[in-house]
Amino acid sequence: MATPETASSKRRALLPFRVVVEPRISDVPRWLAPLVSLGALVLALVLGGIVLAVVGGSPIQTYLHMARAAFGDTGVFSDTLVKATPILLCGLACSLAFRMKLWNIGAEGQFFLGAWAASAVVLLPLLAGTTPRFVMLLVMALAGFLGGALWGFVPGLLKAKLNVNEVLTTLMMNYIAISWNNFFIFAVWSERGFQMSPVFPNSAWLPRLADYAQQVPFFAGLTTHLGLLLGLIAAGILWWVLYRSQWGFEIQLTGDNPRAAQYAGINIARNTILVMMLSGGLAGLAGMSEISGVVHRLQGAISPGYGFTGIIVAWLAKLNPLVVVPVSVLFGGLILAGREIQPSGIAKLLQGIILFCLISSEVLLRYRVRIVRAKQG
Amino acid sequence: MSEATLAVEMRGVVMRFPGVLANDHVDFDLREGEIHALLGENGAGKSTLMNVLAGMYRPESGTIRVRGQPAELRSPRDAIARGIGMVHQHFMLVPSQTVTENILLGLDEPRFFMRLPLYEQRVAQLAQEFGLHVDPHCKVWQLSVGEQQRVELLKMLYRGAHILIMDEPTAVLAPQEIEGLFRVLRGMVAEGKSIVFISHKLGEVMEIADRITVLRKGQVTAAGLKPSDTSAVELARLMVGRPVLFRVEKEPQPPGDAVLAVEGVSCLNDKGLAALRDISFQVHAGEILGIAGVAGNGQRELADVITGLRRCTAGRVLLQGQVISDRPPRIAIERGVGHIPEDRREVGSAPNLSITDNLILKAYRKAPIAKGLSVDMQAAKRHATHQRAEYEIIAPSVDTAVRFLSGGNLQRLILAREISEGPGLMIAMQPTRGLDVGAIEGVQRMLLELRRAGTAILLVSEELDEIVCLSDRVAVIYEGRIVGEIAGDRCDAERDRIGLMMTGQTRDGATQGARQPESQEVQRGDA
Repeated sequence: MATPETASSKRRALLPFRVVVEPRISDVPRWLAPLVSLGALVLALVLGGIVLAVVGGSPIQTYLHMARAAFGDTGVFSDTLVKATPILLCGLACSLAFRMKLWNIGAEGQFFLGAWAASAVVLLPLLAGTTPRFVMLLVMALAGFLGGALWGFVPGLLKAKLNVNEVLTTLMMNYIAISWNNFFIFAVWSERGFQMSPVFPNSAWLPRLADYAQQVPFFAGLTTHLGLLLGLIAAGILWWVLYRSQWGFEIQLTGDNPRAAQYAGINIARNTILVMMLSGGLAGLAGMSEISGVVHRLQGAISPGYGFTGIIVAWLAKLNPLVVVPVSVLFGGLILAGREIQPSGIAKLLQGIILFCLISSEVLLRYRVRIVRAKQG
Repeated sequence: MSEATLAVEMRGVVMRFPGVLANDHVDFDLREGEIHALLGENGAGKSTLMNVLAGMYRPESGTIRVRGQPAELRSPRDAIARGIGMVHQHFMLVPSQTVTENILLGLDEPRFFMRLPLYEQRVAQLAQEFGLHVDPHCKVWQLSVGEQQRVELLKMLYRGAHILIMDEPTAVLAPQEIEGLFRVLRGMVAEGKSIVFISHKLGEVMEIADRITVLRKGQVTAAGLKPSDTSAVELARLMVGRPVLFRVEKEPQPPGDAVLAVEGVSCLNDKGLAALRDISFQVHAGEILGIAGVAGNGQRELADVITGLRRCTAGRVLLQGQVISDRPPRIAIERGVGHIPEDRREVGSAPNLSITDNLILKAYRKAPIAKGLSVDMQAAKRHATHQRAEYEIIAPSVDTAVRFLSGGNLQRLILAREISEGPGLMIAMQPTRGLDVGAIEGVQRMLLELRRAGTAILLVSEELDEIVCLSDRVAVIYEGRIVGEIAGDRCDAERDRIGLMMTGQTRDGATQGARQPESQEVQRGDA
């Protein structure tokens, strides 16, 4: 065994120090996790900047322009919040499921079914257009929640009873939901042959800030709608559920060690179904909020992949509902800024780099990196 | 020169974990062709020292020479390149792959085409040479624990290891398997291999070791003792630094009413084979019923059935007259069944959750920890802080994740949790397995304390000493049946008979086979 030894000693001689990566054997300090995330974000911006420089742009200028386009004044910031709203709700949906290690990647489909169910209230119609706005919106929200919950229930039931992999079922059901929606906008609710439903009556619109411009002039032209408030309340409630409630304790325990959860007398099958339903319901609510607050009709292109963005947002927020809020705003801003810059792929690229850096940075929480002086011998 | 005859020479090894000095300038010598036992309590630093030798940890300071050559061991790969192989306590095998595939895993040969038959033959040859009987094309999940250990050994031998480190190899083995292992180890030494045998069991060490080094709290308290020059008592003193009571005192106590009644229970194991066959017994208040038996004879399934984690195919389990079998596990918990699971890390705890969370694993849904729908974090913390002090769980804080706890600490945590529920019945599965002498004594005392408080205790253990010492009655389980029952006061005298029954032998020497069960009569002592 002489050859490998000499080879390794040669390698050793190259540098005066070496980098040692060791698994951590004790708790990480509290401040480390946010610091590492922040570092990863900065690194992502630097990497993105290099790409920008390579394609001939000025990184600083581009970033400034993007920042202005998303956060520059109240008008664009309001638009950013509009984009952030569905992302927030989808991010919450994914955070909840991921806490229990249920890989719900079907928020997109649940979003569509929520949008469909909320539309059905107006278009079937379940309620006449003259219904008071409050009642109308409440029923629509409920319908949206239930629509999404149904789309979560099916994979949840299959997982709980037959141990069917939820990654496959939720993914597949995305396509069913989108086709289901298409069927209705092409055939049933189509307005004069266009692939969209008629515009909802005014009572089915979530109020916007701009609606109150007469009372508060500052609100003039601001598109932010009540869905945002819905999302913030949902974030608060979900935080309490996950971090303070008994049910949240069960979810966390099951996520960490299902066998210990079973041993502790927790009904895993029931929780699987409930978590999938609540997760689907939150994504469904995002769908309702989007059609009722933004597009005001059911149509095909209501989501540029909010459900999938929700997955990323949930991960970046480390599955903490309160952190989902700022991360959603960041991503809402990125979507908005993406429209302002050419090539428009830059924003998506940046999203990808951010995700990559943040997920890679997890390594630093599990392992400790030391630089040690190379020893002879 | 005597230096040349040393297989391994470790000098001044210092290894520090946060808050713990695991190895404090430790010297260790391994001679060629010897079995050197490394003895010490849990947390004494035995495994740490050997993990350093196997390239898993890097010491803060100290030098290592392998066969006289200075060695820097940066990874297990470096270690194996120098002929050092370690068989860990927890096996590192891929269950869905065959024995041969596991052995080849990570090697440069074969390159692309597996050519399994060729390698199977080589593995079989190697197995033959060292008496490690195992079928090379069996899948690992089909193998018993003893066989899996042999695969680990083969893996190291195949990689050309001439220095073998065995980390607590007997902890998972049945008595006969231990004998088999010892034969294999002696055979290997005869072939010129050198072996480090990590253990905290005095008897075994006295039996197998050529020399013994004792560690206590990271320091060497005796180096290179010959078994003939020392005694078990002397070694125990070196290990724990105080004289050990080998017997916990047990006061006689008349048993109360029957608490647990198992009536004609049969069930299947995870592979769908019969695990329990028409098993019946009772446990009374303030009584310890010991279940003696070699692992894998239905003990785990028995505990599962009583706690509701497994369904019966026949029969039922009654707790104070009420059926608790075939019902959700929560029913048993609520009726006061405490359960110390066999597998502390896989079943008994959630590794990434804190000490607090693990202590309220069952109590979170009851007042005072539960408050309405929420968990009262303040109350939980207070509860945890109190338990940590009372049960001497050593950790920086109650927020520490339990994956950082040592085996003994984790077991104390589980005991704290299960005892604080005030159980009417305690299922104690291998409660002292893998613990050091001091911790074992503590656990045994706690069980006796529970007995005094009137708890019915079902004690399942592979340590015959423990069973005999603690139990009021002993039932022997073999292939899912109770094959005999002996009153506690006669246990000492009947030890040999218990041992025989554990291996399925009746007094006349006939094997109680699984194939013709009806033809055998069950041996019963007076209950």
